[in-house]
Amino acid sequence: MIPSGFDYHAPATLPEAIALLREHRDDAKVLSGGQSLLPLLKLRLGSAAHLVDIGRIPGLEYVREERGMLRIGACTREAALEDSELVRTRYPILHDTARVIADPIVRNRATVGGNLAHGDPGNDHPATMLALGAEVVAVGPEGERVIPIDKLFVGLFATALRPDEILTEIRIPVPGSRSGGAYQKLERKVGDYATAAAAAQVTLTASGTIERAGLGLTNAGKTPVHATAAEAYLRGRKPDAATLAEAARIAAQGASPTADRRGAVEYKREMARVMAARALAQAVERAGRN
Amino acid sequence: MSTHDIQVTVNGVAYQAQVEARLLLVHLLRENLRLTGTHIGCDTTHCGACTVLLDGTPVKSCTVLAVQADGRKITTVEGLEKDGKLHPVQQGFTDQHGLQCGYCTPGMMLTSCALLARNPNPSELEIREAISGNLCRCTGYVNIVKAVRQAAERMRAEGSSGAEAPRTAAAAASR
Repeated sequence: MIPSGFDYHAPATLPEAIALLREHRDDAKVLSGGQSLLPLLKLRLGSAAHLVDIGRIPGLEYVREERGMLRIGACTREAALEDSELVRTRYPILHDTARVIADPIVRNRATVGGNLAHGDPGNDHPATMLALGAEVVAVGPEGERVIPIDKLFVGLFATALRPDEILTEIRIPVPGSRSGGAYQKLERKVGDYATAAAAAQVTLTASGTIERAGLGLTNAGKTPVHATAAEAYLRGRKPDAATLAEAARIAAQGASPTADRRGAVEYKREMARVMAARALAQAVERAGRN
Repeated sequence: MSTHDIQVTVNGVAYQAQVEARLLLVHLLRENLRLTGTHIGCDTTHCGACTVLLDGTPVKSCTVLAVQADGRKITTVEGLEKDGKLHPVQQGFTDQHGLQCGYCTPGMMLTSCALLARNPNPSELEIREAISGNLCRCTGYVNIVKAVRQAAERMRAEGSSGAEAPRTAAAAASR
């Protein structure tokens, strides 16, 4: 399969890339790792007259803690996230997530920023970033602005990014002590999108009650689902089995998956509940360890 | 539609080509350079038959634009044999019957080479995870795992690190 024709641009700097986007607006698409965009263009499910490749702009691949935030450069490969010692030891939920995105070869190209900016509710990072309370940095002609993750996903394959903006960084608040997180995904095979998946991040108080809980669901609606009702239910409670089960039930109620070859709506909602329960239990268990 | 003058080094040989922006790397290799050892399988980023090494890292060449490879080094299956001697991974697949129809084999071997370059002594689980983006519909993977283990042993015995330096995406980002 061959995509229909387009002009390819490889800007060397961010301002150059933004100028190109500004010039071509809706006719342009940003190319990062290309592992979602190129298949889309090849299948001709989408088209673009101009591709602006940000892969040759230096300085967009990094993972570091700085000023109370974990900062991930938008062009950081999923493989790099997966291999990062910092991520593995301090952000197990991110490590869990990176490991189940597509397959190892795709992860050598796929980028964290692309996974979010694509706006696909089947992608794995959105739920995790919702659970972590992340924010993203968007740079456009007027400079940069910070978009809370809750405001990023506005529809199916649609984000709050403007046509002339580029997502450059993901920021995650450094979790305090007694925090833990986990991502649980049910997939038919390696490389598939989730039948259902859930991301949970919790912080416990010194007395063992839940201070903060973040919960997100993958492939459970037109946009990534932020299970805010379940989060509110958990706050201040003891994380016993019955409480976590009830929170998972509340989260699944908020899921509106669509039927496809991965299963019927009822099955997927039930699996969302199961994944949410498992992710919460693992998050609490990990929180208890540090 | 833009065209681009690109330069790629494939198996140590420098090539220049004028390509349409939409040309995929796999087509550059197979049609422009006539290196048909790289196979096209599913053409939808699933099967891994088209896997090549881009600066030592396995990528699905049906999902990379030729123009994205401008200035980079590529290794295809044709680059594994050196001076008439099979690469230890090729020898492993031969000795252990790690293939039947052979369609997935070039991609499978290149992924294996990259694994062994960064992990000279992988466990069975690590091998299976590494090749989980390469589908084989014949062997059931058992003999493929044996082939990679044989190659790992031989390479450790010979003290060789394989055809490529272990330059991974991870190494680049952790700098």
